[in-house]
This record gives sequence, C-alpha cells and structure tokens, in this order.
Amino acid sequence: MSKASKSLVLASAVATALTGLATTSAAAGDVKCYGVSLAGENDCAAGPGTTCAGTSTIDYQGNAWTLVPEGTCETMDLPAMADGTPREGSLEELDRDLPA
Amino acid sequence: MTVTQANFTAAMLDPSAAVPKGLQTPSGDIASKRFNVYRNNVAVSLSDALETAFPVIRRLVGDTFFRAMAGVYLRQHPPTSPLMMFYGEDMPAFLAGFEPARSLPYLPDIARIELGLRRAYHAADARPADGQVLGALAPDALMNTRLRIAPAVQTLTSDFPIYSIYRANTAADAPKPVMQAEAVLITRAGFDPDIHLINAAGATCVTALADGQSLGVAIDTAGETLNLAGVLNLLLSQGAVTDIY
Repeated sequence: MSKASKSLVLASAVATALTGLATTSAAAGDVKCYGVSLAGENDCAAGPGTTCAGTSTIDYQGNAWTLVPEGTCETMDLPAMADGTPREGSLEELDRDLPA
Repeated sequence: MTVTQANFTAAMLDPSAAVPKGLQTPSGDIASKRFNVYRNNVAVSLSDALETAFPVIRRLVGDTFFRAMAGVYLRQHPPTSPLMMFYGEDMPAFLAGFEPARSLPYLPDIARIELGLRRAYHAADARPADGQVLGALAPDALMNTRLRIAPAVQTLTSDFPIYSIYRANTAADAPKPVMQAEAVLITRAGFDPDIHLINAAGATCVTALADGQSLGVAIDTAGETLNLAGVLNLLLSQGAVTDIY
C-alpha cells in the first residue's frame, strides 16, 4: 500500500471510529447505587487487602454499592424497612441499614 | 536465646516445622500453641487474599483445588510487599509450572487478566481526550499523530480464548468459549475496569501507541489483520486516550 492510500485508510477508519463514538457516548453508563445490594454481593474490583469487596454484611446496606444502569438506581423496587418506611437506592452513601 | 527473623519466617511457612527455638510463653514453656495459631492465620489470610484476587481461576478449578493450590503458592511466594492489593503477581508463572493444573493450559493467561484488572483498578486516574479532534485532522497529519494512552490500559494476547473463558465465568448469558486465539484490551472508563475482545494485531497497535509511536507506525507494526476503526472506537469510547498530539 502506498503512503497516500494508507493515510486515506487511516482517515476513513478514524471517521468510522468517531461515528460509532457518538452513539456509544449517547448511551447511559452504569452508576454506583448505594443501599440496594444484598449482603456480601456489593461490587468492588479492588482485590485483596482492600476493605470493600463483598464485605457488606446486611441486605440493602446503606454504604455499600452495586453498579446499575443509570436512571434505575433511585427507582428500583426495594422491600420497605422494618418500621414501614419505604427504602430507596441512592447515588450517595446512605446512613440507613448500617451494620451494628 | 532469642529467635531470629530468618528462623521465624522459615518455620512460619512450613506447617511441619518445629516451633523456632527461643519462642516461649511467660511461664517459660515452648510457645507451640501460640505459634501454630499464628502460622495458621498467616496461611489462611493469604489464601483468602488469593481467593479475592483470582475469582475466575477459583471458579475454573473449584474450591478444594484452589485452596490446595493457594497453600502451595503462598509458601513459595510469600508477600514481598505490604501492599496486599497487589499480592499474587507471580501467579501466572506459578500456574504455568504447577503440575496438577497441566490440563488447563489457559489458566496462566486468565490469571494475567485478573491481575491486569486489579492493576487497572489501582492505576492513576486520567482525563480522557476529546476524540473528535482526530476527525478534524487531514489524512497526512493523522499518520504523524500520537495518542497518549491512560495508565489503566493494558493488552494481553493468548493462544487460548481467554476473553470468552473469562466472560463465560463472570457473566450469566455469555456464550460457550470456542477454541481460538484471543487478545484482550483492559480499560477503565469510570471507576471499574473492564475487558474487551480485540485481536493480536489490535494488541500490537495499542502497545505501539502506548509506546509513543505515531498512528502511521502503529498500523504498520500491527499489520493487515488490524481492525483499526474498532480499536480506535474502543480506545476513545473507554476514555483510554488522554491526549492527542
């Protein structure tokens, strides 16, 4: 391939890559949702020696998070709390349902 | 007589070794019970660390095999740094030479993925560059353009379908792996690392770019099988490009 045609191949690949990019970034990403994960199932990719992976000890623990699709965090259905108050997920750490 | 650190370490890593001379209780007896508790805690905590570090390896070989293997590993490769988040660096090489794992030749490469994901998690943050800048460049200028690659980005190539095996053991709806060579790109778009399927040419291209080569040189190095648009799209959409210069 000549140098000129190679640079055209590159330019067209860049154009294709950028076209795809517009659609990818339009799609909503996952967000960290606090207070929705079951005990021991909170997400974390930090590995050993860190304090987060699968360490939540109670269901819907307020300071443990799970990655969920953006927009679903605060609307997902969760069982109400023992005293009947509705329980909702949050994008920020919650002080409910903390281990004793 | 006092116990030396070398004697203590040697006994700590050998479950059948006698309690090092000089370790005694306040009443002057040999502190064998205390030492055994300590020795056991060291082994259990390091096994636990390896379980946390290599969940897919553990799934592939099963609990019993993993615990037994971890017991051998932790005694051959005790931590060399207090940073437990990086413990297990020697796992790929260890697995490659571990006779009982001979029938699963892809294990070392799966361990490399799990180490890579962890490295990506702890890598420095980087602000993604605006990919649209590339679209404004003339073809000739593009050839000489360089991309700075984020610190979290890594590539791995394998003779085995490492991406498919990893996915099949981490995602519920993943297809069954088919025997073929695969390469993966590890990125970290937000807080958490992710792996993507690329081919060997894609890995060569990303490595060349990360080494500071221009786009022109990177595509020459990668060769004919490179899916350039796919690789560029992946890099830009994953926030893996931090500067275009």
